[in-house]
Amino acid sequence: MARLTALAERLLTPHGLDRYLELIDPMLVRREIRGEVTDVRRQTAGTATLTLRPSRAWPGFRAGQHVRVTVDIDGVRRTRCYSPACSQYGGLLELTVKAEPHGLVSRHLRDAAVPGMVVGLSEPDGDFVLPARRPSRVLLISGGSGITPVLSMLRTLADENHDGEVVFLHYARQAKDVPYRAELAALAERPNITVALACTRSDDGDLRGRFSAEQLGAVAPWYRHAPAYACGPAPLLEAVGAHYAAEGLSEQLHTEAFTAALTVPDPAAAGGRVRFTRSGAETENSGRPLLEQAEEAGLRPEHGCRMGICLSCTQLKASGTVRDIKTGAVSGEEDEQIQLCVSVPVGDVDIHC
Amino acid sequence: MTGLQDRLTPEQVEEFGRELDELRQRIVDDLGEDDVAYIKRIIKTQRGLEAAGRALLFAGFFPPAWLAGVGALSLSKILDNMEIGHNVMHGQYDWTRDPALSSQRFEWDNVAPAENWRHSHNYIHHTYTNILDKDRDVGYGILRIDPDQKWHPYYLGNPVYAVLTALFFQWGVMLHDLEVDRLVKGERTWSEFADVRARIVRKAAQQLGKDYVLFPLLTGPLAPLTLAGNASANLARNLWAFAVIFCGHFPSDVESFTEEETERESRGQWYLRQILGSANLTGGPLFHVLTGNLSHQIEHHLFPDIPSRRYPMIAPQVRAICAKYGLPYHTGPLHKQLFSVAKKIVRLALPGSGRAADPEPTTLERDRDLKAA
Repeated sequence: MARLTALAERLLTPHGLDRYLELIDPMLVRREIRGEVTDVRRQTAGTATLTLRPSRAWPGFRAGQHVRVTVDIDGVRRTRCYSPACSQYGGLLELTVKAEPHGLVSRHLRDAAVPGMVVGLSEPDGDFVLPARRPSRVLLISGGSGITPVLSMLRTLADENHDGEVVFLHYARQAKDVPYRAELAALAERPNITVALACTRSDDGDLRGRFSAEQLGAVAPWYRHAPAYACGPAPLLEAVGAHYAAEGLSEQLHTEAFTAALTVPDPAAAGGRVRFTRSGAETENSGRPLLEQAEEAGLRPEHGCRMGICLSCTQLKASGTVRDIKTGAVSGEEDEQIQLCVSVPVGDVDIHC
Repeated sequence: MTGLQDRLTPEQVEEFGRELDELRQRIVDDLGEDDVAYIKRIIKTQRGLEAAGRALLFAGFFPPAWLAGVGALSLSKILDNMEIGHNVMHGQYDWTRDPALSSQRFEWDNVAPAENWRHSHNYIHHTYTNILDKDRDVGYGILRIDPDQKWHPYYLGNPVYAVLTALFFQWGVMLHDLEVDRLVKGERTWSEFADVRARIVRKAAQQLGKDYVLFPLLTGPLAPLTLAGNASANLARNLWAFAVIFCGHFPSDVESFTEEETERESRGQWYLRQILGSANLTGGPLFHVLTGNLSHQIEHHLFPDIPSRRYPMIAPQVRAICAKYGLPYHTGPLHKQLFSVAKKIVRLALPGSGRAADPEPTTLERDRDLKAA
């Protein structure tokens, strides 16, 4: 089979086998990773839970990791990171997407996802994972949509019939915002698993109010002697981090921040730093086009016309916001191809150059 | 003052440039699903024709199957190189962020590696369009296509070189990227082109491998027929691409420029040069697709990174802007333009400018003549 594939690749050069297979069925691709939506559940008002069957190149993931999901919206490919909420066993992926008010991709997925839809996937990434030798006691803390990677850890431990004590402490505004309540209740039936729901704006949880040392002591009195995995909005992670730091326990705490919607800085105000990640060069943003800034930093990026025509200077922007001086368009997309000669950074940017 | 800059007053050039910028912006703002759906449909058609062509050649012992196979494969290669490859590599679909439509990643069914071609075409040709001694597409370093190229006895072979270029067009494009003419003259050294050369060797091996070794071998006893079929498809694509591309800049009424008159050009002046230095072809929708919409060479040169399906849509507006500023808008049917180019190639084989025979000297040429006098 491998030989046949190698022959097919040679026969179908320069486009390659995938570019033909996908025309028959987008899920037949062999090198690219894709996922076909097999089920859509809408557990709470703002979320959609998608079950995906990954294509053959999917290598599997470890609980807590994230995957980049790409969808085409009005002709433009958009990429966002999501952490699967399912157990790492079973070969399927379950993503729970919370629609952010200005979230292009999250709203699209919540509204448009139907069985049969095919999305692009990346290899899983991230080191927010449990150690291979499972600890005898584990504390899992999450807030809001940060529930997904830690729920994946909980479900994975359950699938392994792990018999160590696991405490799952989740923060939400009110109980009805919490997806997976039935699953959590079922998991809590196990003798070694405790699920505690803390509600910050209502009384229908097991606990009331924002994260505090008392809550921690109440649900996991042994927390000083166990690793903790926390994922959620920045204020929660800061509070947990501060508490662990104050007790000198920072090494036990593993956190994963999920990014809130990007705020676009004022294009008129040049500022921030420009990092050229491949060469390691870094410079203060001068407000000039990135090609000039790269050259001033001593780099010699490939380029041509210097007026936005020839695309010779196109490079990958890993993060940050740039303004296109030809069109005035401001874009803060991650992993975006930009033309260095007509792109001016707005605040911090990372360029793969 | 030179002819190019004399056409319009500085205020007019600025206004003219602004109008074209606005036109571009209107299209850019409107890009979306339809543009992606279009190119994906063309890609699907191309891949389908390719599969059909290759399959039919397995029945190549039956002459109609062989002919149909060659036809389908020729169309596949033409679509791949012209409407898909050329346009994708211009970055016309980079806004989609689809890696399969990325100018930096796309590779075409042609021996010239995409990366080499992007440099010589997107940068050199599109930035310095029709500037003698800067745009290496003026005669491709092989032909005398402009009266201002100094005559040399070598150019007596002009018509022969043109025929050879047409027959082996993809190889010509490949060698063009290597700047072979400059290597021969000693202006560049072999070592400067180590990367370009390595890419050429790899790409040519892959292309030759599939068309002239693997597919023929797969058809067993029909190998010679398959090989001949694949060669014919490559030849058909070569002839077609040559015809379309030579009609884009070389018909007799299209103008060329000097380095001096294009120094410190503004964006409006650059637009002006693109219009004066390009010519369109008239024809139906299918013809336009098969030319990769290079039949709208003027629109393409104004906005090389806008999806080609938009060129026919904006052509009336570009033409109206040209009329408003009293600028020529060169256009004609393929046969007429091709004949004009052929005549020029033959005429310029001999010394002299051949200008006396020009049907209608353009304003620019008159200015230049006056200046010379």
